[in-house]
Amino acid sequence: MNDRDGYDAADLRDSAPGEELPGHGEPASGILGYALGFGLAVLLTTASFYVAGSQLIWGPSIPVLLVVLAIAQMGVHLAFFLHITTSPDNTNNVLALAFGALVIFLIIFGSVWIMAHLGHHQMTPAVMMQHMR
Amino acid sequence: MSAAAPSDGRRRGASEADDPYRLGRHNGGGRDETSGHGSGGPASKHIIVGYGFWIFLLSDIVLFSAFFAAYAVLAGETAGGPSGRDLFDLRNVAIETALLLTSSFTCGLASIASRRRDATWTQIWLLVTGVLGAGFVLLEMREFVVMIGMRAGPSRSAFLSSFFALVGCHGLHVSVGLLWLGTMMAQLWVKSFRPAIQRRLLCFSLFWHTLDIIWVGLFTIVYLLGAGR
Repeated sequence: MNDRDGYDAADLRDSAPGEELPGHGEPASGILGYALGFGLAVLLTTASFYVAGSQLIWGPSIPVLLVVLAIAQMGVHLAFFLHITTSPDNTNNVLALAFGALVIFLIIFGSVWIMAHLGHHQMTPAVMMQHMR
Repeated sequence: MSAAAPSDGRRRGASEADDPYRLGRHNGGGRDETSGHGSGGPASKHIIVGYGFWIFLLSDIVLFSAFFAAYAVLAGETAGGPSGRDLFDLRNVAIETALLLTSSFTCGLASIASRRRDATWTQIWLLVTGVLGAGFVLLEMREFVVMIGMRAGPSRSAFLSSFFALVGCHGLHVSVGLLWLGTMMAQLWVKSFRPAIQRRLLCFSLFWHTLDIIWVGLFTIVYLLGAGR
């Protein structure tokens, strides 16, 4: 079998990320899929900008809500623009994404956690002077 | 009943053939008798290239996560200088976001047109993507220039160093993406839809959509949370 390149000759075993196989777990296909993703992304972005400046919502909850909205929008982009689906032909892509997410989680939360504890345990200059006396 | 049984059997056979990880080659009627045996490969070059580029993009996001971590740790260290609340102009950020998000959408339209082998519309949507991306880069550069003019350059405080590193790294990616976009339009113009060109278009659209995903994290963590800080 020769090398089947091109979008129309779809390999049934695997999908490249960003490649759309109609009927392979896509919520919507073609222009409709992109338009739906674009609409959802606009909605979530507008919500983020609105929430950030609004007085409607209890202040301390705003950062949490913003992070939730951002993660939701990243999910929308992955599903509608990058065509990452749950169907078996996407298993490799999803596994790579999951490992990437794990590394990102470790780097960001690990750094923040460790540095917050370092800051907590660090002496202020005044205390340090007292100890050195 | 007797008529229903064979059609039912055919349907099951077809669905098993569609399942790439089914075990055994029994009851096949399938197109791929080798799947589940580790002998169905190799996958087509299109898929291997796309997957390899996906791995690169994930490692690029890991790089960004290190910049994000540095920013998260240093965001409060303003050294008596201006903080995000003083510096960030959310209207500007909203326009930048709109430009990049729309360019991601038009990039998707370009990849749909390229699947139809429609060179004209592919070029048009790529051009629109490039113009929107260039607008984004210009707005971001203007923001940087204004901030540096206000004596809030990267050397002012740890907060500003990490801010310029993170946002500048994203802006650099978008700029490189614009260069790539220009060369893709030229290649498409000269060589039309060869398989190699299609693979590069796939990689480019992956790159562009990923930059938008990173921007989502960026405007949330840096600008929206920073302006309220």
